[in-house]
Amino acid sequence: MLAAEPKSCGISVGGSKARCGAHSGQGDLPPAIWDKVKKHPCYSVEAHHHYARMHVAVAPACNMQCNYCNRKYDCANESRPGVTSEKLTPEQAAKKVLAVASRIPQMTVLGIAGPGDPLANPDKTFRTFELVAKAAPDIKLCLSTNGLALPDHVDTIARLNIEHVTITINMIDPEIGARIYPWIFYNHKRYSGLEAAKILTRRQLSGLEMLSARGILCKVNSVMIPGINERHLVEVNKAVKSRGAFLHNIMPLIAAPEHGTMFGLKGQRAPRTSELKALQDACEGEMNMMRHCCQCRADAVGLLGEDRSAEFTKEKIVTMTVNYDPEARKATQAGIEAERRARIMPRQEEVQEHAGGTSDIKVLIAVATKGAGLINEHFGHANEFQVYEVSQSGAKFVGHRRVDHYCQGGHGAPDDLAAIIRSINDCHAVFVARIGGRPTSELHKDGIEPVDKYAHEFIETSAIAWFSSYLEKVKSGEIQHVDRGDGAIRQDPMMSVA
Amino acid sequence: MPFKIISSQCTGCSACETECPNVAIFEKGGTFVIDPKKCTECIGHFEEPQCVAVCPVDKTCVIDTSLPRYQPPA
Ligand code: SF4
Ligand code: SF4
Ligand code: SF4
Repeated sequence: MLAAEPKSCGISVGGSKARCGAHSGQGDLPPAIWDKVKKHPCYSVEAHHHYARMHVAVAPACNMQCNYCNRKYDCANESRPGVTSEKLTPEQAAKKVLAVASRIPQMTVLGIAGPGDPLANPDKTFRTFELVAKAAPDIKLCLSTNGLALPDHVDTIARLNIEHVTITINMIDPEIGARIYPWIFYNHKRYSGLEAAKILTRRQLSGLEMLSARGILCKVNSVMIPGINERHLVEVNKAVKSRGAFLHNIMPLIAAPEHGTMFGLKGQRAPRTSELKALQDACEGEMNMMRHCCQCRADAVGLLGEDRSAEFTKEKIVTMTVNYDPEARKATQAGIEAERRARIMPRQEEVQEHAGGTSDIKVLIAVATKGAGLINEHFGHANEFQVYEVSQSGAKFVGHRRVDHYCQGGHGAPDDLAAIIRSINDCHAVFVARIGGRPTSELHKDGIEPVDKYAHEFIETSAIAWFSSYLEKVKSGEIQHVDRGDGAIRQDPMMSVA
Repeated sequence: MPFKIISSQCTGCSACETECPNVAIFEKGGTFVIDPKKCTECIGHFEEPQCVAVCPVDKTCVIDTSLPRYQPPA
C-alpha cells in the first residue's frame, strides 16, 4: 500500500501559515490559536463532539432585510425560520447562562446571534457579555452579525475580550447583493438596491479586516442560494480569506413557501447536498471549511445537533437555583481534554497507517453517533447522521443530516423511515450501534448497506476498515460500484429533542 | 400628524424603539406603540421618520391623519 498524502487544511493566521493535519487535532496550529478553538464547537470539528455552546436571544432588532429571512419569525441568519425564540433581557440572559453552565459543565461558549442583528442591539448585546464575563470568566464569548454595523463596534468587541466573531457574507458584488437584500438601514436612512449592497459589502469587508488586525478569530457564514450566488461564493471565499478570515461556513439556503420569506414565496429552490458539497470542496484549500454547522436557533443550548433549550425556558430559569462552580467545570473539562489526548489524538495516526492505496473510488457514509468520535447511536434513536467521505486517503467529515427519531417509544413510523432514507440517499452505507429488522431491509432495498459490526468503535478507523472490504468486493466482482443520488436537506425547524 | 404603529402588523422586534430620537416609542403587550404627544415626525432630527425607515414590515409605521401635523417650534 502506498502511504497516503495527509489531507492538509492549511490556514493563514496573522500571516503565519498553519496546518491542522487531519482537521481535528492541534496539528501545526500556533498554540495561542489552538487555545481559542479547541473548546469551541463551531471552530473545531473535533470539539463539537465534546463541548457545548448556547445562544441567548437578547437582540430582536435588525438593521436590514434579507430575502431569506422573515422577521415575523426568527432570523434565518443563524436560526431556523419558523421558530420563535423567547426574548430575554440581559439580566435574564446572564442568569440563564449561569444556570446552563452549572448544569452542563462542558458548555464553553456563549454566542449572541439574534434573532435580529446583535450589533443593531449593541446595548443589550454588550451588557449581556459584560454580565457574563463578570460572573463566569471562563466562558468564551462569541458574536454573529450581518456586519453592517461592525466597524463601529470593533473596539468594544476587543475591549470585552470577545474572541470569536461570525460575519454573514453572501456576496462581494453589489449586483448580486441587490438580489439578496431589499434594503438596509444605515446612518439614519433606508437604502435599497445597488446602493445598499455597496454600503453593506464595504462595511462587512472592512469590519473583517479590522477584527483580523486585532487577532480576533473570524468565521464567515455564507448562504448558498442557487442561481444567485453559488458560483460567486468562490470569489467571496477568496476575498474573506485574504482579509484574514479563519473559517468559512457555507450553509444551504432554507426557503419553503410556508416560511413566508421572499425567497420562499418566490419559489427560490434550496441547493442539493451534492451542489453544496461541490461548492465547499471548491473553496477548501488554504482555508478551513466548516461542515458541521447546525444552523441553530437563536436560543439553542447544548451540543451542536442536540438542542436542550426546552429545559431552560424563561419560566424554568426563574425557579432554578444557580450553583455556578468554576472548579467543578474546570475538572470536567480537564477530564474531557485528558480523554481527547489519550484516546482520540492517537487514533488520527492509526487512521493514517490504515489509509493508502490507488483506487480513486470515493463514497459517502452516514454515521449514527452521540459524539466522542464513536459509532454509538442506535439507528432509531439518531436525530442526526454525520456524513463522511471515505477514500483510500482516509475518512473525512463532510456534513451532517438532521432527521427525526425513527423509533420514538419503540415503534417506527414508516413515513419517518422513508424521510431518513431520503436524507442519506447519497450514502453507500450507514454505520450504527444497533438497528432493527425493518429498517435493515428497507435500507438494503434502497441500496444503502446498514453496518452494525463496528458498534462502539471509532468512526474513522471503522470507516476505513469497511471501505477496504468494500473495495475488495468491487475488485472481485461481488458488487459493482455505482454512484448514489442526492440527500435531502431538511427545510423545517430544528425542534428540541428534550 | 404624528406617526402611529398598526399593532396587528408589528412583530415586536423593537428596532424602531432605539431609533426614535424622541423616545416616543414603547412596548405594550408584546408590540410597540407611539406616544403621539412625543412624536415630532423626526422633523429637525433626520430626513426620514426613523420608525418607518427601520421597520421590517411595510406600512406598519404610518402617519396618523386624525391628529394635526407637528409644528416645529419657530
Ligand atoms: S449556527 Fe452554526 S456556527 Fe452558530 S452555533 Fe450553530 S453550529 Fe455553530
Ligand atoms: S416619526 Fe420619528 S419621532 Fe415619530 S415615532 Fe417615528 S421615530 Fe419617533
Ligand atoms: S420596527 Fe416595526 S415591527 Fe419592529 S417593533 Fe417597531 S413597529 Fe414593530
